[in-house]
Amino acid sequence: MINRWLHPGAWWLWALGLGAAATRTANPLLLGLIVAVAALVVSARRPQAQWAGAFPVFVRLALLVIVIRVGFAVLFGVRVGTTDLFTLPSITLPEWMAGVTLGGTVTAEMLVIAFIQGAQLATLLICVGAANSLASPVRLLKALPPGLYHVGVAGVVALSLAPRIMVNVRRVMQARRMRGRPTRGLRAAAEASVPVLESSLDDAINLAAAMDTRGYGRATRTSPTERVLQAGLVLIGLVGIALGLFAVLGASGWGWLLLAVGLMMAISGILVAGRRIPRTRYRPDPWGWPETLTAATGVGAAVAVIASSSSAISLPLTWPTLPPFAAAMILAAALPAGLTPPPPLPWRTA
Amino acid sequence: MIRFSNVTFRHAEATRPVVAGVDLTIPEGDLALVIGRTGSGKSTVLNMINGLVPHFTGGTLQGQVLVNGLDTRTHAPRDLAGVVGTVGQNPRAGFTTDTVEEELAYTMESLGFAPDTMRRRVEETLDLLGLAALRNRPLDTLSGGEQQRVAIGAAVTAGPAVLVLDEPTSALDPTAAEEVLAAIARLVHDLAITVVMAEHRLERVVEFADHVIRIEDGHCALEDPAAAMVGHGLQPPVVRLGQAMGWDPVPLSVRSARRQAADLRTAAFSAPPRRVGHDGVASVVNTTVTYGHTGALRGVDVQLRSGQITALMGRNGAGKSTLINVLAGTRAPDRGRVRVHQDDPTTLRGQALLRRIAYVPQDPTDLFYTDSVRGECEATDHDTGQEPGSALARLQELVDTVDPDTHPRDLSAGQQLALALAIQLASAPDIVLLDEPTRGLDYPGKVAFGRWLNSLADAGCSILVATHDVELVAVIGDRVIVLADGEVVTDADVRTALTSSPAFAPQVQKVLAPLPVLTVEEACSL
Repeated sequence: MINRWLHPGAWWLWALGLGAAATRTANPLLLGLIVAVAALVVSARRPQAQWAGAFPVFVRLALLVIVIRVGFAVLFGVRVGTTDLFTLPSITLPEWMAGVTLGGTVTAEMLVIAFIQGAQLATLLICVGAANSLASPVRLLKALPPGLYHVGVAGVVALSLAPRIMVNVRRVMQARRMRGRPTRGLRAAAEASVPVLESSLDDAINLAAAMDTRGYGRATRTSPTERVLQAGLVLIGLVGIALGLFAVLGASGWGWLLLAVGLMMAISGILVAGRRIPRTRYRPDPWGWPETLTAATGVGAAVAVIASSSSAISLPLTWPTLPPFAAAMILAAALPAGLTPPPPLPWRTA
Repeated sequence: MIRFSNVTFRHAEATRPVVAGVDLTIPEGDLALVIGRTGSGKSTVLNMINGLVPHFTGGTLQGQVLVNGLDTRTHAPRDLAGVVGTVGQNPRAGFTTDTVEEELAYTMESLGFAPDTMRRRVEETLDLLGLAALRNRPLDTLSGGEQQRVAIGAAVTAGPAVLVLDEPTSALDPTAAEEVLAAIARLVHDLAITVVMAEHRLERVVEFADHVIRIEDGHCALEDPAAAMVGHGLQPPVVRLGQAMGWDPVPLSVRSARRQAADLRTAAFSAPPRRVGHDGVASVVNTTVTYGHTGALRGVDVQLRSGQITALMGRNGAGKSTLINVLAGTRAPDRGRVRVHQDDPTTLRGQALLRRIAYVPQDPTDLFYTDSVRGECEATDHDTGQEPGSALARLQELVDTVDPDTHPRDLSAGQQLALALAIQLASAPDIVLLDEPTRGLDYPGKVAFGRWLNSLADAGCSILVATHDVELVAVIGDRVIVLADGEVVTDADVRTALTSSPAFAPQVQKVLAPLPVLTVEEACSL
């Protein structure tokens, strides 16, 4: 296959599908399988770019989540189950904090439940981390519909200014040292913040001027009716989404309908807004069969897991079994590791 | 093409206009060079053409500026984007995407060009500016000259009639500057683009110009280059040489000067010696510094000598800043030994550091953290335990026109440099490290700067200046170190170094070769 970038939207659909699956299952085997699949695909298709180093960071974060969750269960956990492991000295809290226990007996059930709940969140984090190191954030923002173009540009600018601010900080701290002033402590940070902010502001102003001279923000003239239509659609749509979500969470039957109508209105508002922006795109990432395959395997894994697994943890604890259908669909999400085009090779010095 | 009709511009709340009563017309397809002292309003004149003045900067513009028939009063910069291409002073700061190809397409995307047109134009521009090999490169990995050429390419892909360039070569090494100028000349010749360009370092540029717009006290007019280069302090060495020798017409290029200098080249010349200095101030021994997998310095050996000005030269990315950082102790070497006297500079802090090393970064404002010149000077007196007012006195020795209540960022480039030196020299350090100090300095500013460094060196200081400016090195340098790819390729006295390589030869040397003459003053003694 010829090296090319896979559409960033495909990677995100894939990753969010796996992530959704992770939040809907309490089966540690399935969770482990999801992590393994995500790691496999990342190692196979991660490009050699600076932003692609996000995955290990997210893995560390995920491990931290599990440690914290289990730690809390040990310290503050309410006794569940009957398999006592050990007893910590318990502290009796004053009357007004009744209901919170510190220490006490720790059971195996408590630890397992905490571990599985932590692992769900951790797996979700790992899936997001996978998307972050597979899909270039800049390319993702570029793939936004024209109606969201200005939001996308703001994102791109933020992404490119953040590292420049770090460079400014380092430069100013070096200069402070050369003036013989301390480089640590609160006072140093306060004093250094002035030149850092000034030079970062200069950067931002220069960029804004450059973008202005390059035609950014040019809009075609629109009729007032069109503007009212666009604003109305987006506003009513957003209210619809909010009410719909509220109803869905409250398990009312109307929620889904309201949500769907709200979404449709907001999307059509964005599409109408997009017509005002006369912008075209240079060599957009194509959506071919590898993209469809990638997105489908992710969504498929989510659907299979939601259909065949439960997010409730049943007591007494039993050894988990592997639901064959869900496991197969999660394994299928590993297909992009081999069936997508590899990312372009990085530029190398001679 | 570009017509200024009685244009006056005033910043908001300013009493004096930046420029007043400007009337001029730049014909289509010509290259106009805007010159003037630092802060004279060169950028303002340029930005009137692309509409940033007054739409982006604010202020009051009287009169009318017409670009290709469009009035900048009714057309904002974004509306002029298809007509005027702009390249700012720092191309890196204006990049909006992350790879070369996308950067070239950005303006066309904003203007809504059809995808197949965009594709074709990008390919044409890649070829026109010699960027084809770089097409997929991330912009961060490009050298300064390459970035400048990408910025120029990005400004011309949309097919503008006018190209505005603000100091396109001031940050570049001599070879990269030649490449950028060649690219600009090609645009003028092949695409008949009208180019308006501001520049401080005129030595390479003036021969390309069809017109010169010299700004003085807010006034300017379109002049013939040969006439415009006479009678003021903004002259490149070759013009000064021609004037000193009484040549008529005054030469603007090395080539025409050589024709008139035939007699001069046969004269006898005894080269005046430069400072030799004494060993033992600072040493860099077999030092290697790596960033990732690339070596910024590879086994470098350098001895700094007291009472001597050493120029550190080489391409962008050759390791000049890294060597300065290693000597300043802001970067520890991966291998090797660095000593300033007996001290490892990375261990120095506070007073001990100030007594050993003075450092002026590329952007002197990094050093400032108060809101006035007086505040900076008082902080320095306090830090170094000197009498109140001594830093300010030192500053006034360097420049006598600074108002102590000015914000450091509002000073001109030359005044900022003077303030940085006045602060950093408080404890009479042994070595002075300067990273690209003359960026943004005009010729009179450079003469003053050279005088400061000369008196420091005469007082026994060891000075290391990283610079691309061969003309500055020819005047003040005693010794030249050339780095290439992290290694020392030349370490010699200034005359040997600058006469042996065409890339580093100053203009006077090019005119008078084979005589080893470096400066106009030396040529006058022939």
